[in-house]
Amino acid sequence: MAITKKQSAELARQAFEYAPAPEAIDHVKIQPRHGLFIGGRMVEAHSKKHFPTINPATEKTLSQVVDADEVDVDRAVKAAGKAFDSWARLSPSRRSRYLFRISRLLQERSRELAVVETMDGGKPIKESRDVDIPLSAAHFFYYAGWADKLEWAFPNRKPRPLGVAGQVIPWNFPLLMLSWKIAPALAAGNTVVLKPAETTPLSAMLFAEICMQAELPPGVVNIVTGAGKTGSLLVSHPGVKKVAFTGSTEVGKLIQRAIAGSGKRLTLELGGKAANIVFEDAPLDQAVEGIVNGIYFNQGHVCCAGSRLLVQESIAEPLLEKLKRRLSTLRLGDPLDKNTDIGAINSRAQLEKIQGLVESGVDEGAELYQPECVLPERGFWFPPTLFTNVSQSYRIAREEIFGPVLSVLTFRTPNEAVEKANNTPYGLSAGVWTDKGSRILWMAERMRAGVVWANTFNRFDPTSPFGGYKESGFGREGGVHGLLPYVDLN
Amino acid sequence: MDVRKTYKLFVNGEFVRSESGRAYRPDGMVNVPRGSRKDLRDAVRAARTAFPGWAGRTAMNRGQILYRAAEMLDGRAAQFVELLGGGVRARRELERSVETLVWYAGWTDKLPQVTGTVNPVAGPYFNFTIPEPTGVVAIVAPEGDALSGLVRRLAPVLCGGNVVVALAGESQPLAALTLAEVLATSDLPAGVVNIISGQRKELLPWLSSHMDINAIDTAGCTTDEIKAIEESAAGNVKRVIKLTKDEMSPYLISAFMEMKTVWHPIGV
Repeated sequence: MAITKKQSAELARQAFEYAPAPEAIDHVKIQPRHGLFIGGRMVEAHSKKHFPTINPATEKTLSQVVDADEVDVDRAVKAAGKAFDSWARLSPSRRSRYLFRISRLLQERSRELAVVETMDGGKPIKESRDVDIPLSAAHFFYYAGWADKLEWAFPNRKPRPLGVAGQVIPWNFPLLMLSWKIAPALAAGNTVVLKPAETTPLSAMLFAEICMQAELPPGVVNIVTGAGKTGSLLVSHPGVKKVAFTGSTEVGKLIQRAIAGSGKRLTLELGGKAANIVFEDAPLDQAVEGIVNGIYFNQGHVCCAGSRLLVQESIAEPLLEKLKRRLSTLRLGDPLDKNTDIGAINSRAQLEKIQGLVESGVDEGAELYQPECVLPERGFWFPPTLFTNVSQSYRIAREEIFGPVLSVLTFRTPNEAVEKANNTPYGLSAGVWTDKGSRILWMAERMRAGVVWANTFNRFDPTSPFGGYKESGFGREGGVHGLLPYVDLN
Repeated sequence: MDVRKTYKLFVNGEFVRSESGRAYRPDGMVNVPRGSRKDLRDAVRAARTAFPGWAGRTAMNRGQILYRAAEMLDGRAAQFVELLGGGVRARRELERSVETLVWYAGWTDKLPQVTGTVNPVAGPYFNFTIPEPTGVVAIVAPEGDALSGLVRRLAPVLCGGNVVVALAGESQPLAALTLAEVLATSDLPAGVVNIISGQRKELLPWLSSHMDINAIDTAGCTTDEIKAIEESAAGNVKRVIKLTKDEMSPYLISAFMEMKTVWHPIGV
């Protein structure tokens, strides 16, 4: 028997009343205006243009950052080019030590970084504090150890660095994506120019400070801020030998086209529409936690989010009932509050995209469920949302929503589950929930996806390669496989 | 008077004429089918259908089939040497092709051990990474070395469990089309390798823009052709493989593989 919205709200009121627990922000000073990090110092931009970066939970301006132009990008690439020879020739153990230093500094400044990440991007502080920042530090620590062991990673080869890497990252995990890009590039002896996302540049600017604190040689890391145009100038710059992009499949295709024939090496980590598959013998309570973590983690702004729930028909009803009850206990609100589960949507544009797709779901005939949920008046918010009665042809079952919106479909046999899970041009991740070991491996073998989480979801680790099949991109980040995109083996 | 052979395309395990009914004469004498866009599409469909079966074979079985191909090729050595123009150079090319098949036959069950990993994640999870084939691979065979040129590109791709649509070298397609006869008698399932002859200029745009091809090996392409291929390959994020170094290497197998990582909690 399904519970009504009213009942679920009452349940939430009774059992889950929490006092506010905001993270202190007095230890964080955000400069009102930023320059660019080029050649080892913060410099004034040639482009006189700045744009505001706001807190999506309050819509208040946090700082002004540069909209870097062609001259700025050129300066950054040249600074990286100039630094390349000596960085590549530096004794590997020294390169290694710089990366260890950066890792330690990230740990030391973790609280400050977590607060800035949450203020600039809208994600709950418990996620930036417990996931983004520790994983970023761990990533540098892991690749620091590779810097003087590269010959052991590639049997029968003498790996050499490529040159200047142009790296463009998204707004969903700003510092973590920066770490995924910069750590392996530097370990392999490359220098980088990185462009953070337009809406979340602040943790990258703090990272620039950390590079200075670490006394990293000037030009090894350069950071230019801006929007899509700046990114496009960066990847197209002739001085860039390697392009690494994480973002939408649409932009990934533009980049692949734009650098065609240039001889640049390319890795793409693009969108996803992952199936999270629950079999009738799965431990339902654990599965519910995994489903929630799979799609509502970071407001669903996760390329590998489990956005399509495939439930075996025989347990669809009890599972959905549990899931709906769990949704009613999720706390949405101030991202800086330590008890917040669902923070702010990253930007107005993203909110509008989510709203548009959710409308299409209703229009196409899916059944919408949202727990009773009061949205703050200012800022960008979207309640956790669940669609049932979804057909595979609906846009909400095909397109990446990148928001807290779950589409529920059912299946009867394992073969049908495989068929439906793989029925997408994407192939980034997949989830399987069952108590039967042989079935886990059988399913894992058949999922056309780069990461398969069995009886868990959304786990990340620097030693664990991450990346997609099909239109979710190519190349891996993390693990020994994450070095390959940054070395020349010829 | 000899009984001459009609050269045909190799699609879905069958020897067929081009659906277009067209032919061209690369050496001025022999008619060779001039494959069309439709022939390519048929080949891709056959390959896609064959993919799960081939990828699902045990590594040992794939190795045995590649080795069988080496046996069949060696058994027809005289025929191929003649086809390649005879003499020491032709014999060397034949030997090199046989050697390539044997070498990769031995890699099928070793690649996952060399490139796969168990990852020591910081938490109670068992985590491993294994290579899996990327899917349907288009190979543009080099124009030189009519036989070994194709075999050197084909063997690593098949080794990993991929299926192939190969474009034979335009100027000398006879050895490639005859190689189909070797593959057809090597227990290679129908559709795993498809070989099309024809005009590169006509076929490359269709090959590089086909939405059900996952990767394309540009071994036989000019710089300009590679640029055009890379542009249209973006339509479905194809992997464009440009490794030109002429050596046998597990890195060449890996270029056509996807790494899959699986997580599972550890607990009681």
